[in-house]
Amino acid sequence: MSNARHREWLIAFALILPFLVIYGLIFVYPTIRMFMLSFTDARLIGEGDWVGLENYTRLPGDRRFGTAFWNTAYFVLLTVVPGTLVALAIALGINRLKGRLQAAILALFFLPYILPVSVVYLIWDWTLNFQFGIAMYLFDAVGLDRIPVFKTTTWFMPAVAFVTIWWTCGFSVLLFLAGLRAIPDEIYEAAELDSSGRWTTFARITWPLLWPVTALVLTIQLISQLKIFDQVYLFSTGGRVNDNLVLVYYIFQRAFQSDQGGRAAAIAVVLFVIVVVVSVLNFQLTRLSGRSR
Amino acid sequence: MTAVAERLSSPTTVRRLNVAGAIVTVLTVVAAIIWAFPIYWGIISSLKPENEVVRPYVELWPDTLTFQHYVFALFETQIGRWYLNSIATAIGVMVLTVSSSLLCGYAISQLRFPGRRPLWWLILASFMVPTQVLIINHFTLIAGMGLLNTWAGIILPQLIHPVVIIVYKQFFDQVPRDFREAAVMDNASEWQILTRVYIPMNWGVTTALCIVTFIWAWNAFLWPFLAVTRTEEMTITVGITQVNDAFGVYYARQMSAAVLAGLPVALAYLLFQRRVTQAITLSAGIKG
Repeated sequence: MSNARHREWLIAFALILPFLVIYGLIFVYPTIRMFMLSFTDARLIGEGDWVGLENYTRLPGDRRFGTAFWNTAYFVLLTVVPGTLVALAIALGINRLKGRLQAAILALFFLPYILPVSVVYLIWDWTLNFQFGIAMYLFDAVGLDRIPVFKTTTWFMPAVAFVTIWWTCGFSVLLFLAGLRAIPDEIYEAAELDSSGRWTTFARITWPLLWPVTALVLTIQLISQLKIFDQVYLFSTGGRVNDNLVLVYYIFQRAFQSDQGGRAAAIAVVLFVIVVVVSVLNFQLTRLSGRSR
Repeated sequence: MTAVAERLSSPTTVRRLNVAGAIVTVLTVVAAIIWAFPIYWGIISSLKPENEVVRPYVELWPDTLTFQHYVFALFETQIGRWYLNSIATAIGVMVLTVSSSLLCGYAISQLRFPGRRPLWWLILASFMVPTQVLIINHFTLIAGMGLLNTWAGIILPQLIHPVVIIVYKQFFDQVPRDFREAAVMDNASEWQILTRVYIPMNWGVTTALCIVTFIWAWNAFLWPFLAVTRTEEMTITVGITQVNDAFGVYYARQMSAAVLAGLPVALAYLLFQRRVTQAITLSAGIKG
């Protein structure tokens, strides 16, 4: 018997070995190294001297860190709730359609999500091009002044947020559709028998039953927007980079452009802690709300 | 009760509902067309001659349809090389992620061994850690291994997709125990049980996960952007944004590069629509 158990252990170990090697090398080791690095004055490559908490204590007075932090928060504000509401509206619209039409319309909304960020960037850089962008003709038509959106600090974040919602909304739509399909038809039939109106049906049935999915969408959005980099980096090329910093961008700038690995690692640790705290809080919240129901 | 029956049969209520429903349907369709329009506009711009692209009015169809920009992108730039790099690295990420996750998910789902619980915690923990914060140490690690500007260097840090393991565990958990017991009775080895029972019973989810990991790797930007400094080693998603002199300020040319970069993933999605949406809902933790 114990022989059979040992055999099972051995097999299990052999099966998880590839996973252990990969995660040990590119997840556990780099995570530990990141913490260690954040207490040194190392450059990007090579060892540095221990400086204690210095990399952290200078963050509150670091103007660029402030910009990066508040821009990230602003970006979260601009994308998470608006993006979720747009996705919900689209999902409710699609859910009414049937068969091929439904598949086709879903595909149109979902297609942007499948595209690489650089394609999204090139499409919107062209669409919003100051001289020849088709959106500018729209501006002209309604009598607005043309704006070089990605070169203007006021417009940069809202414009990137808009493009991001366009790009990633399909994902949330998909989750909402799965949630809507999980609501049994009988409940709607019962509501119809009670002759409740559209709004009442939505407020009393659809919305409460959809709440777990909504919470999921909000969390996924929140966590992924905290980690934003690609779009901000691409759209800032040729613009005012230091006004448009977000946290990951600042890590990149410190590490790869200023060659300050230690200082960059401290920013990375801060972002790491923010994301983990948000994840844990959310996990606890969903567990609590699951219990109370 | 009679009031309900009356209301239900009342023709005005039904008509009003249908009118409202029709408006919502039309709005949804119109919104979808507007939503996808920038993609259409990008494609159409890439098929116009450069002087037509900059005309100051909106032309929904080119006067002169031309493929000259595609010919240029394919033969005069490094795009072919970037394509090869993207295909090789995306396939590498796909094969390594899916196979290692399959084995690990199987072990956690079907076998009992010491350390199973801590292993599960490690997987859940890695779920929370944003890989973006690891870029500095990924860079020093990959540079230390001498793998910058190589396919292996682009692939390695992209292998953290704990969600694939979690999905596999869920699907293996659902295979009825009877199958396993019958196989054990027949003296099948663990490897045979895995390859003859569990994998064949879950081809659908394997296909879905392969497609979606391929798409993720193809679309990856931040890490491939950091891992490569030589233009000929770039993946296409990085290359088309970094090498501007290859395209200059030729808008149509640039759009043709964008179309070429997006084409494989867009095709993968359109061909395997159901599988892709299934995998993506699964990866968010919803059973599809």
